[in-house]
Amino acid sequence: MRRRLSQVQQTHDTTIYVSEPRMADSGSEEAAVIENPEVAPEEVQQDIGGTGDGSSLLKKMEISVSEAEKRTGKNTMNMQETYTVYLIETRSVEALNEGQSPAPDTLWRRYSEFELLRNYLLVTYSYIVVPPLPEKRAEFVWHKLSADNMDPDFVERRRIGLENFLLRISAHSVLSKDNIFYLFLTQENGWKDVVYDTGFQAKADSRLKALNATFRVKNPEKRFTELKHYSDELQSVISHLLRVRARVADRLYGVYKVHGNYGRVFSEWSAIEKEMGDGLQSAGHHMDAYAASVDDILEEEEHYADQLKEYLFYSEALRAVCRKHELLQYELEVTALDLVSKKQQREELATGTVRTFSLKGMTSKLFGQETPEQREAKLKVLEEQITEGEEFVKSKTLECEEYVQNSWIDIERFKEQKNQDLKEALISYAVMQISMCKKGIQVWTNAKECFSKM
Amino acid sequence: MSVGTPKSLPTSGQKSINDISHPLSYEEGVLTPSPELPNTSSIGEKDLSLPNGTPVDTSSPASSSSLLNRLQLDDDLDGETRDLFVTVDDPKKHVSTMETYITYRVNTKTTRAEFDLPEYSVRRRYQDFDWLRNKLEETQPTHLIPPLPEKFVVKGVVDRFSEEFVETRRKALDKFLKRIADHPVLSFNDHFNVFLSAKDLSSYKKQGLALLSKMGESVKYVTGGYKLRCRPVEFAAMGEYLDTFVLKLGTIDRIAQRIIKEQAEYLVELREYGPIYLSWANAEDDELQKPLEGVAGCVSSCSTALEELTEDMSEDFLPVLREYVLYIESMKNVLKKRDQVQAEYEAKLEAAALKREERQAVPTDVEKCQDRVECFNADLKADWDRWQNNKRQDFRQLLIGMADKNIQYYEKSKILTAKENVTPL
Repeated sequence: MRRRLSQVQQTHDTTIYVSEPRMADSGSEEAAVIENPEVAPEEVQQDIGGTGDGSSLLKKMEISVSEAEKRTGKNTMNMQETYTVYLIETRSVEALNEGQSPAPDTLWRRYSEFELLRNYLLVTYSYIVVPPLPEKRAEFVWHKLSADNMDPDFVERRRIGLENFLLRISAHSVLSKDNIFYLFLTQENGWKDVVYDTGFQAKADSRLKALNATFRVKNPEKRFTELKHYSDELQSVISHLLRVRARVADRLYGVYKVHGNYGRVFSEWSAIEKEMGDGLQSAGHHMDAYAASVDDILEEEEHYADQLKEYLFYSEALRAVCRKHELLQYELEVTALDLVSKKQQREELATGTVRTFSLKGMTSKLFGQETPEQREAKLKVLEEQITEGEEFVKSKTLECEEYVQNSWIDIERFKEQKNQDLKEALISYAVMQISMCKKGIQVWTNAKECFSKM
Repeated sequence: MSVGTPKSLPTSGQKSINDISHPLSYEEGVLTPSPELPNTSSIGEKDLSLPNGTPVDTSSPASSSSLLNRLQLDDDLDGETRDLFVTVDDPKKHVSTMETYITYRVNTKTTRAEFDLPEYSVRRRYQDFDWLRNKLEETQPTHLIPPLPEKFVVKGVVDRFSEEFVETRRKALDKFLKRIADHPVLSFNDHFNVFLSAKDLSSYKKQGLALLSKMGESVKYVTGGYKLRCRPVEFAAMGEYLDTFVLKLGTIDRIAQRIIKEQAEYLVELREYGPIYLSWANAEDDELQKPLEGVAGCVSSCSTALEELTEDMSEDFLPVLREYVLYIESMKNVLKKRDQVQAEYEAKLEAAALKREERQAVPTDVEKCQDRVECFNADLKADWDRWQNNKRQDFRQLLIGMADKNIQYYEKSKILTAKENVTPL
């Protein structure tokens, strides 16, 4: 059964209509789908940032990741490899609303292309909490789950995760307007070249630079410091939760499955009994049913675990936004410090005093004072540098402020989304537990009836 | 103790072995008395002494009318006309310089003439129950004697003074006495009477020993190693049934233990799992705090309910299984004894046949053997039917109990989860 990871919704100005389930395939869940002007691919060469109607792509296009297939091919090192591709289907919403059912446009993408898309978005929209991809490798696995990337269950759960990823982006007021994203959905061949041509990789901040900034920044915005702590806590607590949950699932599986042995022994025992035989035999069947019921229970729970995992990875995205802020703030601080030091040097030069220990002071002691001409020249250079520096500080400050402003809008949006999604997930988890109890009561009541007929 | 008064058989009477119906085709519920009541006059001629000459304990008076009454009384299993009620309760610890031990209060209510008073309340310890059982086995070798709970605590982990252990033992001792009290023959045993009524059991035990040495009753029922020619079908079937049944019980015991173990490990994980939601709640604001605390609460109530389930199964389910395994072991011994008695008879019969020169009466000791065989078979058959019936009730109750405990576990979890999460059921 196909399912969506969560009801992807937009929290801003636009509303979402939910269409009927598609007739074409079996059991597909509702897609979030909205009104549309037609957007012909040829028109769109640059960012679609200027549509101006404030709506997201989700309003115009129905998107789904409907299938997965295995492929083999030669990789960059000319070696044979097997990989999975996913089918992306898109359809115009207006056409659907008008009662037509046009065939969807389709193309195939593999996981690495999704990664490329995300990396591009991370660099290009560093102030946005970019939705995460489903995990690359299966983690938090309990014994019955396979850690093999080729395992059909893993592939299926990944398909759902990738679809969710696309829906999250297309529901985002900023990200959905990105041209690269649009081409990802519509242009199968040569898309990679287009992405590389944007030169986004050059714009990426080096890890080292970012780490350096984290340690040395002096005055990050308080809100970001708090956000950083929160995202660290969130990551830690969800990891812990998922690890223990996997162990809990393992144990629960064991408890249920051992009961299946009762089925067999009751059946054997009933063979030597006269009056007790029937009751025992049918009770045994119920024990078998009980043992089998755990498979469905744990499959549903896996779905819940996937919802938590999304937010585990989201915490990394949050952290990335904080890091970018630290970096910008640090650069601002460095620039400002540099300006201060240059101004100081100017003062020293102008007044001839050497207030602080400096190389200038040393050399003037050793080699004698400079000539007035030399001094003039140096002052001039310094003045230029200072003017430049002041401009630099101004623009850096502006950049910082803008960054704080823009990112905070998205952070607020993210917080709302997170609270809503997780609340739903937790409540449905509680409902799952209740349903598990009800099933247990049913089975044991049936068994009890059989026992009383013994 | 009246020795030498022959006791009549309450059920199968003088049916020959071949007429006794298949052990697995017992009737539901009440044992029907044999249509052929033993002739009063022929009772006196039966010598039911053991092959080695020691008389079998036949303590119950045997006039035919009271016998008839007793037949009907004893066969009424729903207890409306039962005249002997026994319970075991009130365990207490006794500390002396030599040792520490537990005693249990044994309460008796009865209208039987064999007892001097209508009510008794005495204190007994496990040793005393063990003594009683040994005495019953000695003096009623043709009957199935109910088992006692295990004497020694094998696992060093179990504290023999812990509440759970004492309670489990008390229930088993109570069951033991009730089974004897419900038995039409065993309940009239003198040792049983003394066990229930004597203030000072230890002096009786010593006295009994003296008597025994006089009577030679302490000589265990041992027959020479005769080879059995042909085991009658129904007794062979009993043996086979017991062999298979004990295997199945062993399997069920292992499964139950495994489930308890898995549940215990599940519980350990749950105990770590729940609190994580709480520490998460600390990091979040209001909107998420409630649902997080809700899930934590649901996990914690599941844990508590699970702990109760596991304890109950340990205390109530496993001991009964083990009791039955012990029961079956002693039953198989009785079957072996029966085989021995029959073998001895066959051997003596054959020897006599060889010796016979003219047609003369069958020698008395061969006749004695034949009687012994027939009585043994009849007693055993009756006890077997009774045992099958009780077994069925016991296991029905046991398994219903298991189902109930599981239902309660899920009910508790369900209700508490709904409460914590304010979700509709």
